[in-house]
Amino acid sequence: MKSLLKTTVAAIAFAAAGSAAQAADVKACFVYVGPVGDFGWSYQHDQGRQAVEEHFGDKVETAYLESVPEGPDAERAIERFAREGCNIIFTTSFGYMNPTIKVAKKFPDVKFEHATGYKTADNVATYNSKFHEGRYIIGQIAAKQSKSGVAGYIASFPIPEVVSGINSFLLGAQSVNPDFKLKVVWVNTWFDPGKEADAAKALIDQGADIITQHTDSTAPLQVAQERGVHGFGQASDMINFAKDAQYTAIIDDWAPYYIHRVEAVLDGSWKSESTWDGLAEGHVVMAPYTNLPDDVVEMAKATEEKIKGGWEPFTGPITKQDGTVAAEDGVTLDDGAILGMNWYVQGVDDKLPQ
Amino acid sequence: MRIELVKRKEHSQAMLLLSPLIAVALTALAAGIIFLISGHNPLIALYKFFIEPLTQQWSLEATIDKATPLILIGCGLAVCYLSNNWNIGAEGQFIFGALFGSALPILYPDFENVATLPLMLVFGALGGALWALIPAVLKTRFNTNEILTSLMLVYVASLLLDYLVRGPWRDPGGYNFPESRIFSDAATLPDVFGGLMSLSTPITIIIAIVLALVLAKTLKGFEIRVMGESPRAGSFAGFSAKRLTLFSFALAGALAGLAGTMEVSGGLNQLLPTISPGYGFTAIIVAFLGRLNPFGIIVAGFVLALSYIGGEAVQSAMGVSNKIASVIQGLLLFFVLACDTFILYRIRMVSRRVTAGETSHV
Repeated sequence: MKSLLKTTVAAIAFAAAGSAAQAADVKACFVYVGPVGDFGWSYQHDQGRQAVEEHFGDKVETAYLESVPEGPDAERAIERFAREGCNIIFTTSFGYMNPTIKVAKKFPDVKFEHATGYKTADNVATYNSKFHEGRYIIGQIAAKQSKSGVAGYIASFPIPEVVSGINSFLLGAQSVNPDFKLKVVWVNTWFDPGKEADAAKALIDQGADIITQHTDSTAPLQVAQERGVHGFGQASDMINFAKDAQYTAIIDDWAPYYIHRVEAVLDGSWKSESTWDGLAEGHVVMAPYTNLPDDVVEMAKATEEKIKGGWEPFTGPITKQDGTVAAEDGVTLDDGAILGMNWYVQGVDDKLPQ
Repeated sequence: MRIELVKRKEHSQAMLLLSPLIAVALTALAAGIIFLISGHNPLIALYKFFIEPLTQQWSLEATIDKATPLILIGCGLAVCYLSNNWNIGAEGQFIFGALFGSALPILYPDFENVATLPLMLVFGALGGALWALIPAVLKTRFNTNEILTSLMLVYVASLLLDYLVRGPWRDPGGYNFPESRIFSDAATLPDVFGGLMSLSTPITIIIAIVLALVLAKTLKGFEIRVMGESPRAGSFAGFSAKRLTLFSFALAGALAGLAGTMEVSGGLNQLLPTISPGYGFTAIIVAFLGRLNPFGIIVAGFVLALSYIGGEAVQSAMGVSNKIASVIQGLLLFFVLACDTFILYRIRMVSRRVTAGETSHV
């Protein structure tokens, strides 16, 4: 006991002096909105953090806070990291945008990286991935595999990222079956397995035999597995939760981006940027295609290659839900139109919450 | 052998003061064991959890900032509980007050002058009081159970907030995300000291002191205490139970509503679908931990806030799960209640033979 006490006193003394004399060159810190064990969004960000630790070894130290609610606690959590000597802080949810900007103003020497937002500053960069590219592929698979011609989509918040995902999924499906229909349920949460499961059940009861989701838990896929329908993993490969139900998954691979940005802090080349990469850069990765006939797998892989080669899923002809033309034949929507999307394409069986 | 609790004839004054300290010590001991089991050095973890937040100015400020709404709501609730009015709905009053207070900067963003902030605070208190008066009127007019009605109104208020930020009050420039516009500087409660605390802290402390004086020194304070301890005696003295119910609910609601407005104006700067991590419910605990005394509530609010900040500290420094902080909060409350029980009761061992004899009567 005595020796434990001694080492502790020594450790505390060291910890008190420690912030000034850290062994690592850079401290990278991460704020997660969900638990690292959600096996979805926050889990994937934490995989990225672990990849950073592995890649840089002793040169980089990392820390994280999980389940930080979007609200006053978020600002405090980010500020804690800034005070504790973090050199770069990744805030990984849209709702952290204003707190990140606020704290960044107070700590001009610390670099901030906000995922999925639209506000930047000299020391605040933003990053996101072109998840809609993956959505197009799974939309095609859905249309090939569905018997009822109806898919169910569990959506979180009506922000452009989610809306463009819905549209891209349906455009992919319509490229295979022009009459394909999509039902949408808004659960107004990123992570609530109970709500997500209820939404999945409701959609299946309404005739959907393919389930896809823009929420973070594995619950919708598990419901699909139980009810004998099919679906797709979201954010991470969820095959272990739905061996028979998962066709593929859209995996967010943050590791290359995180390593790249921490490297930039190490060599002093860090600049505020807005990064928006997809399949081609490896930020969006398709999980192995399973439970599918060969011709569908081939189609999916061909589309994947096409997108990697620079083709944009939002290429006309695209008709909006109200019948107006969004893009003429062969015209591609620009980044701004996709990043600010607040309209449905034709065929969505839902009214966009306005 | 059976263990029985027997009421003590007298309770020790010394223990009344010592009991919270013993509870904190027991919590620290239990927390240490949990840290040890989860593979962390318990002494470092305890230091990070309970001591380190007090050693740096910013974390001290963060703790006080977190304690502020708890203290303000807790003070109002103390008046309710002292007078035997069981207001469980402070969370709803907090939210409704915040809605009322935010109406001005959201609906009239161009109304920017020195009157903006005072008006918002008055509206906030008014909104909270109105929301609290619903269960109070239901109780005095129709004899409904205020525990149920005040609690149910929490859900009504939070759904109303949810509706407004997703619908009519959504930021027109916010890309459809459910949040209101950001308040202008004129509608923002100024920061004090290092910028982590807003003016809400000094306002709260002043209110707590005034309330303590009112409770201890004035006729109103006497009325509140008498009606709580013996309503019959109070009615002989000419006090009206109904009027006091309305008064205590309105006061608690006003303070909760004020806390809500100050949290939104000084901290969040905008309305979000959720603006409170359960302050209104935690404040119930704070009120009782503080023995329904405003000064006690200030201490209790601080201790509870410390458990949040300390929980973050061990998480960020040592990678301890954030669930452990919740466990430690639960332990703290458990030990406080357990220690209090032993002030009022003592343990008596009853032998098996007597037990059999006693149960046969039942």
